[in-house]
Amino acid sequence: MREFVDGSEAIARGALAAGCNFYAGYPITPASQILHHMVRELPKVGGVAIQGEDEIASFGMCIGAAMAGARCMTATSGPGISLYSENVGVAIMGEVPVVVVDVMRLGPATGGATTVGQGDVQFIRWGTSGGYPIIALCPTNPPECYSLTIRSFQLAERFRSPVFLLTDREVAASMSTVEVEAYESLFRSEHAPPSLKQAGEGPFIPYQIESLDDVPPFSPIGGPHLVRFTTSTHDERGFLTKDPKKVARLNEHLAAKIEAHRDEIELVSSDLQPEARTLVISYGITARNAIEAIRIARKNGRKVSSLIIHSLWPVPETAIKQALRGIERVVVPELNLGQYRLEVERLLCSKVSSGERAEIVGVNRVDGEMVNPQQIVERLS
Amino acid sequence: MKLEYITYRNSSPYPFCPGCSHSMVLDQLNAALVKLQPDPRQVVIVTDIGCSGLSDQYFNTNAFHALHGRAVTYGTGLKLANPNLKVIVIMGDGGCGIGGHHVLNAARRNIGLTVLVLNNFNYGMTGGQHSVTTPHGGKTTTTRGGNLEHPLDIAGTVAINGASFVVRTTAFDKNLPDLIEQAILNEGFSLLDIWELCSAHYVPNNQFTRRDLESLVKTRGLLTGVVHKEERAEYANAYRRQEASQVGKPTMQGKAHEQRFAAALTRSMRIVIAGAAGQKVVSASTLLGTGAVLAGLWATRRDDYPVTVMTGHSISEVILSPEEIFYTGIERPDIFLAMASEGLKSAHRQFDALTAEDVLYIRKDLLPLETKACIVPLDLGHVSRKEATITAVAAMLRHTGLYPIEAFEQAIGLTQRHEIAEENLKALERSSTVIARPETNS
Repeated sequence: MREFVDGSEAIARGALAAGCNFYAGYPITPASQILHHMVRELPKVGGVAIQGEDEIASFGMCIGAAMAGARCMTATSGPGISLYSENVGVAIMGEVPVVVVDVMRLGPATGGATTVGQGDVQFIRWGTSGGYPIIALCPTNPPECYSLTIRSFQLAERFRSPVFLLTDREVAASMSTVEVEAYESLFRSEHAPPSLKQAGEGPFIPYQIESLDDVPPFSPIGGPHLVRFTTSTHDERGFLTKDPKKVARLNEHLAAKIEAHRDEIELVSSDLQPEARTLVISYGITARNAIEAIRIARKNGRKVSSLIIHSLWPVPETAIKQALRGIERVVVPELNLGQYRLEVERLLCSKVSSGERAEIVGVNRVDGEMVNPQQIVERLS
Repeated sequence: MKLEYITYRNSSPYPFCPGCSHSMVLDQLNAALVKLQPDPRQVVIVTDIGCSGLSDQYFNTNAFHALHGRAVTYGTGLKLANPNLKVIVIMGDGGCGIGGHHVLNAARRNIGLTVLVLNNFNYGMTGGQHSVTTPHGGKTTTTRGGNLEHPLDIAGTVAINGASFVVRTTAFDKNLPDLIEQAILNEGFSLLDIWELCSAHYVPNNQFTRRDLESLVKTRGLLTGVVHKEERAEYANAYRRQEASQVGKPTMQGKAHEQRFAAALTRSMRIVIAGAAGQKVVSASTLLGTGAVLAGLWATRRDDYPVTVMTGHSISEVILSPEEIFYTGIERPDIFLAMASEGLKSAHRQFDALTAEDVLYIRKDLLPLETKACIVPLDLGHVSRKEATITAVAAMLRHTGLYPIEAFEQAIGLTQRHEIAEENLKALERSSTVIARPETNS
């Protein structure tokens, strides 16, 4: 069985499958379709979907609702992500499980509302003050939109953290044929329902952790415990503190809870050829174009490996390092000026001492068009 | 014996400056809560930023403290998710500046929040800068020669924009506990604009006294007490009532299709449909893709159109292939359907790329046109604007035999609403006559 579907619908269906019951968003091309789907669908599951007065209010409502125990999602595009910045910090510091969909369009500023770009990759990683880690997943087609949306909810609750689903205008708005079996088979092992670590009976300490990488138990505001939520530097009870020991423990915890569990987040599709000396690293819409390029190259007898990154942040270093083994040339196609190439370069640098550093090249476009597979083929050697 | 809460305060002393009105107002809030006796677990105090933002730490209720100006948005989320919560927002006049948009929209929405504005005419915490409520002529660290701006009347603004209970008063008002109690009891949006003394800044900078504060209201010609009250549905509950009939309905599912037809296509075909708004280009190309699925082919569809509707170009790019399609772009089309001059203009690069191996299906009235492609004129003179593209696509399908026309017909029946399907099926019939002579070189 096959269907003809776009990514926006797959994201909405994924959210419903994950048990999403709260959505707030502000209209913006090309993310409005998700808002429309959620406004229509959430009342059916007894949930709430609302159009906020702006992006700041929309994200703020999600954060409030999440702390009252709702399973929340919002979606926007570049200009909206700019306005989300301060609340990304709130979600990190307050430890709020929330899914944020960024349907990338060509930036900067108002940019190209109906044209594609991948310019938000580093922006979402470093988009709020403090510089703490976030999680970001990146689909390439409708089944991945569905699966990775579910996965985003799961990771948001596992780590009590904002999780970005980073997609783009082409993946979200273009339709393609899909084998419906792909929805359930993709990343199947990751399909456990999202679950927050719930607080037990007895006294509740809202930000209590056993170790730095621990995630505090959750109790909803309006539930059985008194809950203190704050995004100011706080102690475990949620009161303001400047005690350096407590402050260090809090801030180190915000990083450690994600960094120490990278292996749970890392998600790639690798298609490695044992004798290949060239590796293409790609993500999102550009990965689809890379697959086509690699097919062309292999038809012509070339050996080329491919690594598609689905978990952009934190960087799946284990998988990338493994894929880099024996590689002399790395090609990173992107619809920006080389943002993720920086991360690959960083990993290549750590290999300098062993004298096997590979050459890295980008295939970059910022003209609102996709990377043509032929452009990638031309850079393979 | 029924147990009563004798206080909702915890044991921590307030941190406010001597003479600051905040402590007085928080005591009145506590008095109102003691009178109402809510379960503290059903009360959440949401605080904004500034000195008033410290307030939540002195109460044994739920507490929520985050960004400047956004307290109302967090409160709205809490209330929407759990309409039983008593959500009390404490903010300053600063928060009403940076977050005025949210205050206004929460009022308009009549969402069930109780907003206490601790309005002391300047930013106390950051050093006495002017705020949106600093009186005209008021001296602050950033209006050293006296404020040139005129103050925002917070209570008056929310009162004419949908708030259902609005109070304007001073921190010295003996009725404050009663007013706060009434505000909490109001189901919808309540706001208390409580004028205060900032003993650290506004008082010394302006030799401002309690008497000045109390007379300021009068000199501005404003009323104190309950200045507005109206019966209106509270948003979170109204939303649930309005959507109640939807609860339990099945949510959106995919429209999966079995392959029902066989296509002879052996390689991928890249099709550009270049039309204008109102010609149903997107709808026709979606049907072209759905028909392909029914015929066992893979398809992709991407669109380009201006951000406005019903004007300008509308272009769809459709790829059909016996194999899965990864790259959805088209640099050189195999087939180009020219439906309107707007589309031709916008898709000129793809049009210019056409070679002698490619086919151009084109409305007769758009000819003559210079191209290397093999031209197939379409006689669409008698077809309405909204039927033009679907008729042309069907004609192209009949002409090329990319997949059986019956698959296209089924796509219409399976995916479109009855009335629209009826019209489109008629267009399908007409499509057999729009190409004058069968071409053989396509």
